[in-house]
Amino acid sequence: MAVETSEVSPHDPGGPRPGSPPDRDAAVSLRGLRKRYGNLDAVAGIDLDVQMGETFGFLGPNGAGKSTTIKILCTIVEPTGGAAVVAGHDVLRERNAVRRSIGLVFQETTLDDYLTAAQNLRFHADLYGVPKRDAVARAQGLLEMVGLADRRDSKVGTFSGGMKRRLEIARGLLHSPRVLFLDEPTVGLDPVSRATVWKYVDELRRAEGITVFLTTHYLDEAERCDRIAIMAQGRIVALDTPDALKAAVGADRVRLTATDPVAAATALSTRFDVEATTGADGALTFHVVDGERFLPRLLVELGVPITSVSVTRPTLDDVFFARTGSTISDADSVPAGPPRMRRPR
Amino acid sequence: MTATEGTTTDGTTTDGTAATDMTIEGTTTDSGAPTTGASAARPSLEPRSDRVTVAPVRLAGGGPAHYVRAVRVIWLREVLRFAGDRTRIVSGLIQPFLFLFVLGTGLSRVVAHTNGVDYRTFLFPGVVALSVLFTAVFSGISIVWDREFGFLREMLVAPVRRSAIVVGKCLGGATTASLQGIVLLAIGGLVGVPYQPVLLLGLFGLMLLTSFAITALGLVLAARVKTIQAAMPLVQMALAPMMFLSGALYPIGNLPTWLQILTRINPVTYAVEAMRALVFSYLTIDSATRATLDPGVTWDGWRVPGGLDVVLVVVLSLVMLTGACLLFRKAE
Repeated sequence: MAVETSEVSPHDPGGPRPGSPPDRDAAVSLRGLRKRYGNLDAVAGIDLDVQMGETFGFLGPNGAGKSTTIKILCTIVEPTGGAAVVAGHDVLRERNAVRRSIGLVFQETTLDDYLTAAQNLRFHADLYGVPKRDAVARAQGLLEMVGLADRRDSKVGTFSGGMKRRLEIARGLLHSPRVLFLDEPTVGLDPVSRATVWKYVDELRRAEGITVFLTTHYLDEAERCDRIAIMAQGRIVALDTPDALKAAVGADRVRLTATDPVAAATALSTRFDVEATTGADGALTFHVVDGERFLPRLLVELGVPITSVSVTRPTLDDVFFARTGSTISDADSVPAGPPRMRRPR
Repeated sequence: MTATEGTTTDGTTTDGTAATDMTIEGTTTDSGAPTTGASAARPSLEPRSDRVTVAPVRLAGGGPAHYVRAVRVIWLREVLRFAGDRTRIVSGLIQPFLFLFVLGTGLSRVVAHTNGVDYRTFLFPGVVALSVLFTAVFSGISIVWDREFGFLREMLVAPVRRSAIVVGKCLGGATTASLQGIVLLAIGGLVGVPYQPVLLLGLFGLMLLTSFAITALGLVLAARVKTIQAAMPLVQMALAPMMFLSGALYPIGNLPTWLQILTRINPVTYAVEAMRALVFSYLTIDSATRATLDPGVTWDGWRVPGGLDVVLVVVLSLVMLTGACLLFRKAE
């Protein structure tokens, strides 16, 4: 297990020490977690502690192992190896205790379209054993919170995607979980609905001190987390606060278009000792420390006509690039199957 | 149930959820919220009150009361969904009429050896069984729809035993199938089935039992089916042999050996036989006629005594229940 860490050096991904016992006081504690499908390591050894009250995000492209990890934590999928403890309960040995402690909002909707919003919540309350006298008031309060109180008796099939997602968040909270898992909570939503979903998540953290554990491949969503883990190919390649991760990259990204990109790339290489990558649109991208000061020199000394140039502060995508050698959107463009298809098994 | 469960306010909490109230600031007090423009355009999507207070709850779960409650709500969902699905109700009602009056009337022209007994009277218990069979198999297989639309996952990640889900589904299938069967019982008089309360109650009981078993069978068949497209041929494949090899449409007395064996393997045969024996015991016919039309099920010449057929249906439902629980133990 100790061999694992060598691969991501010189950067230590920043998790707990591999091989140490899981932290039972943590919201989520993973040690050497693995899941293998056939020959594919969907999760290839994860060590992670998420503290109570934290908003934690898994960032990575499709197929990085985010959803599989969440499914293990939700007791839907059994790990092939390693330990996983959620809210102090082992996901294999104390399955029902884990299930009582967590709320779930999946990528795909899990509501019954033929039942009303209130009926869906009632179903959940009964399945989870929410005391009857509390269930109605709690359901009503949550419906009001997500702005669906006036639609409580409408069939869910008449709801928009954003409304369904908010109802699912309300339902996920109905039994007062300690950890709320959101698997790609805003995928397929329009920008307004995305913002609304995030508003509720933010309110929840403030009000109930709940731990929010989410997966996303939207960089702006990852920015909202207290800490994020960047995942690629079943491993955590970086783990820290978004700011610290960006600071660690240091360099700014310069994007440049020129009438003769080849000549520009050569000039960059010979005069500034900078290796640029050429994008599909012919634009050159490279990283330099303190790009704003570099820019005047570039304009004067390049000697090749420049049509446009921009400097960007490091983003999480740069962090991702620095750790994996590809951008999230590039990694995403690997076909991930039609949207309705389920992951293998 | 209300009085006994969920009253553990202090002692047995399942987790250490903070007992403080949860207070949410409404949007109207949010300064510079990025969604204000949208909330003006879609006011119904935004919270109406400024402050919403939601008290956290403590779960009482785990005990038998929780189990019963889970079974009950899964049953209730089946009933609610059935009640809301007019197509299913109407098609479920039309089918037995087609069997009884179209198939029954048509075939009675060519069926001999009924000794004056209306073929449709003979057919009646068979149609009751088939009606239950169709509805119940669909109830069981509907779990594929639940899977496709994601709701199955909501059930499978809940902190309840698998058996609660399976039993709730089967009870739901039994209820909806038997509700449709009541209509058939009501029209039995049109084909010479006497309105005897004990007979009707007995038939209703057998319908409940049969549909419970068949729903469980449907669950077992559907457990590994991932798509609706794959479920449709499965329904056909399961229904056709169960229907034609059941003795619902013809007496199973003097059949060629291969057909003898196949009908005896089919569990529906025993449900049909139990119903037919019950109906015929209320008809005033001579024993020779009864022996022809209702010869009973024989195993290599040994007549399966009345009552054992019912036991066999009970055994079937228990086996299928267990099978379904095992198959659904793994969530995905």
